[in-house]
Amino acid sequence: MKQADTASAVPQKTDGRAEPLAQKDAQTEGSLLPASITTDALPSESKSAIDVPELDADLLLEMYRKAVLIRLLERALLAAAEEGQIGGAMHTAIGHEANAIGAAYALRPGDYITCTYRGHHHGIAWGMDPGRSIAEVMGRSDGFAKGKGGSMHFVSPEHGMMGANGIVAAQVPHAAGLALASQLRGERKVAITFFGDGAMFQGVMHETFNMAAKWKLPLIFYCENNRYSEMTPIWRTSSIEDIYLFPRAYGMATMQIDGNDVEVVHAAVSQAAERARSGDGPTFIEGITYRLAGHMAGDLETYRPEEEVEKQQAHEPLTVLRKKLLARGVEEARISETEAEVEETIDDAVSFAEASPWPDAAETYLDVFAGPTSEET
Amino acid sequence: MRRTTYIQALNEALREELQRDEDVFLIGEDIGHYGGLFRVTRNLLDEFGEKRVLDTPISEQAFMGMALGAAIVGMRPVVELMYMDFTLVAADQIFNQIGKYRYMTGGLLKAPIVIRGQQGGGKHYGSQHSQSVDSLYAHFPGIRVVAPATPYDAKGLLKSAIRDDNPVAFLEHKMLYFTRGEAPPPEEEYLVPIGKADVKRAGTDLTIATFSYCLLQALEAAETLQQEHGIDCEVVDLRTVEPLDTETVWESLAKTGRLLAVHESYANCGVGAELVARACEEAPHLLRAPARRLGMAPVSIPVSRALEEEALPWKEEIIATALEMSRR
Repeated sequence: MKQADTASAVPQKTDGRAEPLAQKDAQTEGSLLPASITTDALPSESKSAIDVPELDADLLLEMYRKAVLIRLLERALLAAAEEGQIGGAMHTAIGHEANAIGAAYALRPGDYITCTYRGHHHGIAWGMDPGRSIAEVMGRSDGFAKGKGGSMHFVSPEHGMMGANGIVAAQVPHAAGLALASQLRGERKVAITFFGDGAMFQGVMHETFNMAAKWKLPLIFYCENNRYSEMTPIWRTSSIEDIYLFPRAYGMATMQIDGNDVEVVHAAVSQAAERARSGDGPTFIEGITYRLAGHMAGDLETYRPEEEVEKQQAHEPLTVLRKKLLARGVEEARISETEAEVEETIDDAVSFAEASPWPDAAETYLDVFAGPTSEET
Repeated sequence: MRRTTYIQALNEALREELQRDEDVFLIGEDIGHYGGLFRVTRNLLDEFGEKRVLDTPISEQAFMGMALGAAIVGMRPVVELMYMDFTLVAADQIFNQIGKYRYMTGGLLKAPIVIRGQQGGGKHYGSQHSQSVDSLYAHFPGIRVVAPATPYDAKGLLKSAIRDDNPVAFLEHKMLYFTRGEAPPPEEEYLVPIGKADVKRAGTDLTIATFSYCLLQALEAAETLQQEHGIDCEVVDLRTVEPLDTETVWESLAKTGRLLAVHESYANCGVGAELVARACEEAPHLLRAPARRLGMAPVSIPVSRALEEEALPWKEEIIATALEMSRR
């Protein structure tokens, strides 16, 4: 098996300490990010490291449909939040789409996923209905969890979506437990867990790295490294620049890939899934990506210059995918048609969610306990 | 009936449930090859193998979270915390995750997990290995809390806990492990229901509602109160802290008119405070004197036996409080 491994290709700084802002600015033309891990530098590296087969054009178009669906759903949610229809913390995944879609198509029905609170894109990529998803975020009765979980707790077991989570890294051992169940039962199911770069510094992450590697769990750790832990750039908090090097210390196979390219993600996750299913244990994938919207709805985004966001637009997932489609001979008209269809789907989904009734007050007290000793059943 | 130890009763319950249901597995520190720090899981690895009895690294958060992951697809993990104090190490996974998972998912997923281990003082383990966490667990919705005091109840309740569809905190006590009591022989299966209190001593003058090791202290105190002061206490073993079986307590209160709640967790914001508050709210007509509660003094638990005994709400304190209440 060809092992994805870009360690030698990725330049290492001799001094891992955070540099002063001005120095960073000079180094990367207005960006707060270290030059060595901007996405535009990555495709060649990752492609040279793993074999990335070209996917069928129809499949790519289907993936594009999903990507647009996620993008428009997120925009609709941001608009609804602006109107006051959504409370609380809502984290959109605009710019992250390829990570979810590439992975979803690389796995099988019956496999499991858990993810972070930035998880709308995973839900949609894994097949959750947009109308019910929006209803959930709005707290309506037609939401998957009857409005009790909301944006940060997307869940739909029938799709393998076993829960997004509001606590950074908490979902990671859950996926390890799903993988453990698969292993103990002699099934060939794989679990994948998504988290951000900020989750790398939670203790439970490292505990789980160790146990998953030691027990050879059929598990894929997928880090969507958007280079910001909430509002703080990763280089301010990480002791090393390339975070995929951490799990390597636990003896785990690791890859650092372009998370904005569905084909690269698909290839990497396929390879990791094969390793997991053959009993060879977990893989850590660092998908380099970029969050084009704020950390959460209402984020003032004072921590990054507009030019940085602008620069990332050149290599954002939908742009990359659209270019691929055109290059593979998919006609512009077909692409535009797909976009128009998705717009309609989202309009319908928003209408569905807005029309969905609020849950009954009695619902407040349900689902606390199960069983005969419960106040309810 | 035969006599058996509390530890043996727990070991039998685990063995029987491992035999009965292949989705049950045990996970924790030193529980497999070593057999558990207190030998509760002794010999189970030999009998059931490494896929049923899993030795973990010292990573409480991770294995607690893994138990949840396995439970939401139908497995029934029994997690041992070597000391229930380590609840605080795994607190996010226990309270933020396990206790809430059913609710947050709108009932789509359930978390049938037993979190078991020993708690309590009396062995001079100091501040981080002697705490009682019953009221902590009971404070958050979503987790059943069981704390049996006898070998019979320990076995029957542990089997019920493993079969329950809710997460259950199963709180043992280090002072109870080597105590003996009557229980049916292993071939005679029985269950003790979660949520049912049990009157361990009948009496007419004062109701002592308690659980776990404090039950033994309360029974001794009741004997002294009877013999030396002519006060006839009824001792109700709550057995389950969440949900509280107030019905049984109020039945007792209807006879005695006096309620003293006793436990080893902190008195402040504790199970006793809850029981006394509920008595005031739900059964004030039954109270002939103000209800009282006794718990651990509001201090970290000291190692020195002279200090630890001072902090624990044991026999002498129960007697003194009962006497005060009887004078009213």
